Amino acid sequence: MDLNPTPSEKRFREELREWMQANIPDEWRGAEADGFESSQERFEFLRAWQKKMYEAGWVGIHWPKEYGGRGATLFEQTIFIEEMARARAPQLLNVLGLSLLGPTLIEFGTEFQKKRFLQKILSADEIWCQGYSEPNAGSDLASLRTEAVLDGDHFVVNGQKTWTSYGHHADWCFGVVRTDPDAAKHKGLTYMLIDMRSPGVSVRPLKQMTGDSEFNEVFFQNVNVPVEHVVGKVNGGWQMAIATLMFERGTLGASLQIAFRRQIERLIEISKTTKRNGKLASDDPIIRQKLAQMYAEIEIFRLNQMRTVTRMAKTGVPGAEGSIQKIFWSEMNQRMQQIAMELLGPYGQLTRECEYSVDHGQWAHGYLRSRGNTIEAGTSEIQRNIIGHFVLGLPKSY
Amino acid sequence: MEFDLSETQQLFKRSARELFSQECPPNLVREMIEGGQPYSEKLWNKLAEQGWTGLIFSEEDGGQGLGMVEMAVAFEEMGYSLVPGAFLWTVTVAGSLIARTGNADQRKKYLHAIIEGRAKAAVAVLEESGDWSPDSISLSAAESGEGLKLQGRKLFVNDAGIADFIIVSAITGNGPIIAVVERNAPGLNIRPMPSLDGTRGLFEVTFEDTVVPAGNILARGREARQALEHALDVGTLALCAEMVGGMQWIMDASVEYAKTRKQFGKPIGQFQAVQHHCADMLLQTESTRSAVYYAAWVMESEPGQAPLAVSIAKAYASDSFRDVGNRGIQVHGGLGFTWDENVHFYYKRAKAAELMFGDAAFHRERIASLLID
Ligand SMILES: Cc1cc2nc3c(=O)[nH]c(=O)nc-3n(C[C@H](O)[C@H](O)[C@H](O)COP(=O)(O)OP(=O)(O)OC[C@H]3O[C@@H](n4cnc5c(N)ncnc54)[C@H](O)[C@@H]3O)c2cc1C
Repeated sequence: MDLNPTPSEKRFREELREWMQANIPDEWRGAEADGFESSQERFEFLRAWQKKMYEAGWVGIHWPKEYGGRGATLFEQTIFIEEMARARAPQLLNVLGLSLLGPTLIEFGTEFQKKRFLQKILSADEIWCQGYSEPNAGSDLASLRTEAVLDGDHFVVNGQKTWTSYGHHADWCFGVVRTDPDAAKHKGLTYMLIDMRSPGVSVRPLKQMTGDSEFNEVFFQNVNVPVEHVVGKVNGGWQMAIATLMFERGTLGASLQIAFRRQIERLIEISKTTKRNGKLASDDPIIRQKLAQMYAEIEIFRLNQMRTVTRMAKTGVPGAEGSIQKIFWSEMNQRMQQIAMELLGPYGQLTRECEYSVDHGQWAHGYLRSRGNTIEAGTSEIQRNIIGHFVLGLPKSY
Repeated sequence: MEFDLSETQQLFKRSARELFSQECPPNLVREMIEGGQPYSEKLWNKLAEQGWTGLIFSEEDGGQGLGMVEMAVAFEEMGYSLVPGAFLWTVTVAGSLIARTGNADQRKKYLHAIIEGRAKAAVAVLEESGDWSPDSISLSAAESGEGLKLQGRKLFVNDAGIADFIIVSAITGNGPIIAVVERNAPGLNIRPMPSLDGTRGLFEVTFEDTVVPAGNILARGREARQALEHALDVGTLALCAEMVGGMQWIMDASVEYAKTRKQFGKPIGQFQAVQHHCADMLLQTESTRSAVYYAAWVMESEPGQAPLAVSIAKAYASDSFRDVGNRGIQVHGGLGFTWDENVHFYYKRAKAAELMFGDAAFHRERIASLLID
C-alpha cells in the first residue's frame, strides 16, 4: 500500500493545477453551478468549457493516446478529479459519452466506430444520451420492446425510450433494442448507436419534480440505423449493456466527489454565519455532529473510490463492487441535502427566483434532485440485489 | 499510488488468519468467556514467541519495526478470531506511550518487558466523567522528593486486574503527568467492573496515597498530553481494525447461514429482505476497511493528519460494527439470540468497542473541532 504520488503523478497534478487556475472562466466563478438564466445557456457554457479543456488535452485523459486521450493511469484520472474539485471547476458536459460509451467502444467497438465517434465525444462536438429505459422496462431492462428489424445494410427501429437524460441536447444515442423477438429476453437484444438527427426521431422533454427537464421521452418511428453502428454482435447486446452499466457504477461516482466536497465545505462556511437558537450554527452540537458525519462519509466515499480504482487498474474492469459505491453516494447525498435543509432553516426552501434564496436556490434544488439519485443508474434495491447475488453469491431473488 | 495491501502485507494477513484460527479457535474463545477469564498465559506466550508483542516497536528496542498498516492488518485478523485478552492495550497504548516518552531505564524495564512477552500493561485514562478527552483527566498527583503521590480513582481500566504495571494519567499543579505504577505499589486497589463483553476485563483502580518513585515518571505537561493523545490514536486505530475483522466475521457467518438455512422451501438468502441486510453488511464492512487502512497509512506517512483520519475511522466503525451486528443477528433468527451461537460474542464486542476510546459522537465532535473551529 502506497498512497504517495509518484514523481510523474506529482508533475501531472502541478501542471493541471496551473492550467485550471489560468483557465476557469470568470463568469463561472461568479455564477457557480446554478446561476444561469436558462438551461440552454448553461448547456452552451459547459459545452464550450469542455471544448476548451479538450483543446488543452484534459478530457478523457485515461483513454489511449490513439483515441485522443493521454493514456493516463487511473490514478492520474483520480488526481484529475481531485484537482477539478479543488479548483471548483465546472463539470464536463458529455458525461454519458465520456464515462459510459467511450470505455465501452474502446473495449468492444470496431475500428470504424472508434475513429468515427471517440474524438467527438472528447471535444463535446457530439453529445450522447443513453437509451435504455422504456415505459415498461426499467429495473427489468431486458424486457424492453423497442424493436429493430434488419433491412439490407441497415436496421429499422421503432419504439419508445423514456427518462432519457440529455435527450433534448443529444446528437447521438447509445441504446439497446430488440432484434430477435422470439429469443429469450436477454438473448434477442442489440446495442446500437443511433443518430438523434435521423428522420423519425422525436424528443419530448419530461418535466421533473425539480421543475427542470433533464430527461425526455424519445420516440423512434422507422428510424434507419446502419449495421456498422451495432456495437458487439447482433443479439449480443445484453453483454454490451451490462459492460456499460459497470462503467457507469464504477466511474460515474468518482466525478461526483467534486460536487460533494464543494458542498460540504460550503455548508461548513454557511454554519459559521447562520444563527440557530440565538447562537451560531457552527456552535450547535447537533449541527456539528451532522456536518462531521457528512464529512466523514464523503471522505470514505473518496477512499472507497481509490480502492475501486486500484482494483480496476489491476484487473482492467470495474467489478460488481461499483454497486457499493452507487448505494453509498446516492444515499449519502440524500442525507447531505437534508442536513443542508436543517442548517438553512426556512431559507432552505427558497428557489433561485427569490431574492432571499441562499446560493441561487441551489439547496432547494439539490434537495429535490437528490431524490432521483437512488433511482437513476439502477435503483438502490437493484444494487443490493446485485451485491447479494454477484458479490456475495446468494441465490437470485427473481 | 496504490490503495491496496501489498503482496507481503496480504501474505502477512493470510498467515495471521491461520495463526489465530489455530491458536485461538472459537471453542477456546468460548471457554475463556464462559470461564470468566479472558486472559490465557498460553496464548500470550505463543504470541510473544512469534514476535507479536514487539510488532510495532523499533528493532533497537527489540521489536519487529513493522508499520501501522501491518499493525492494522494484524488487529483485523485478531478481531476476526475475536482474540480475547490484554494485547490491544498492552501493545498499542502502553507500548506506544513508553516508546514515545520512556528514557533508557524505563524502556529497558517496561517496554522491553512488553516486547519480550514478560509483562502485560494497562493504561488508566477514564474517570467518573467517562470522557475520553485527555483534557478531562482530574486524578490528583503531587510531586515531591520521595516521588509522585497519587490520590483518586480511575474507572473502565482495561486489563488492570492482570497487568504487571499500570500507566496512569494524572494532573499536578503544573499540568498533566503520566507515570508507571507497579502492581505491588502501596495503596493500589483494583476491583473488577463486570460488563457485557467477556473478551476483555474492565476494572476500577483506586490510588490511596500511592507513591511511585520519581524514576517512574514518563512525561509531564505538553509532552505528556501529546504522548497520551498519540497513544490513544494508535490504540483507536488498532481497535478500528479489530472492528473491521469482527464485521467481516459476522458478514461471512451471516451470508453462509443465508445460503444454507431454508424456509418456504428456499434458502433464506433468496429473500430480498435478507439479501439486502447482507448487502448492507458488505457496504459497511468495506467502507470501514477503507477508512481504517487509510488512517493507518496517514499515521505513518502524514502524522499531522492522523487525528482527523483516525476519528473518521472510529466514528464510522462505531456505528457500522453495531449495525452489522444487528443485521447479523436478525439474519440468524432465533438461533442468533441463543448463547450457543457465536454471533452474540461479536455483538457484545461491538458495543464495547463502540464505547472504547470514545463513541461515534465523541469522534464526530473531534472531527468538527478540526474542521470548523
Ligand atoms: C434522474 C433520472 C435520470 C435517468 N436517466 C436515464 C437515462 O439517461 N437513460 C435511461 O435509459 N434511463 C434513465 N433513467 C431511468 C432509470 O434507469 C430507471 O428509472 C430505473 O432503472 C428504474 O426503473 P423504473 O423507473 O422503471 O422503475 P421500476 O423498475 O418500475 O421500479 C419501481 C420500484 O420497484 C423496485 N423494484 C423493481 N424491480 C425490483 C426487484 N427485482 N427487486 C426489488 N425491487 C425492485 C425498484 O427498486 C423501485 O423502487 C433515469 C432516471 C432518473 C430518475
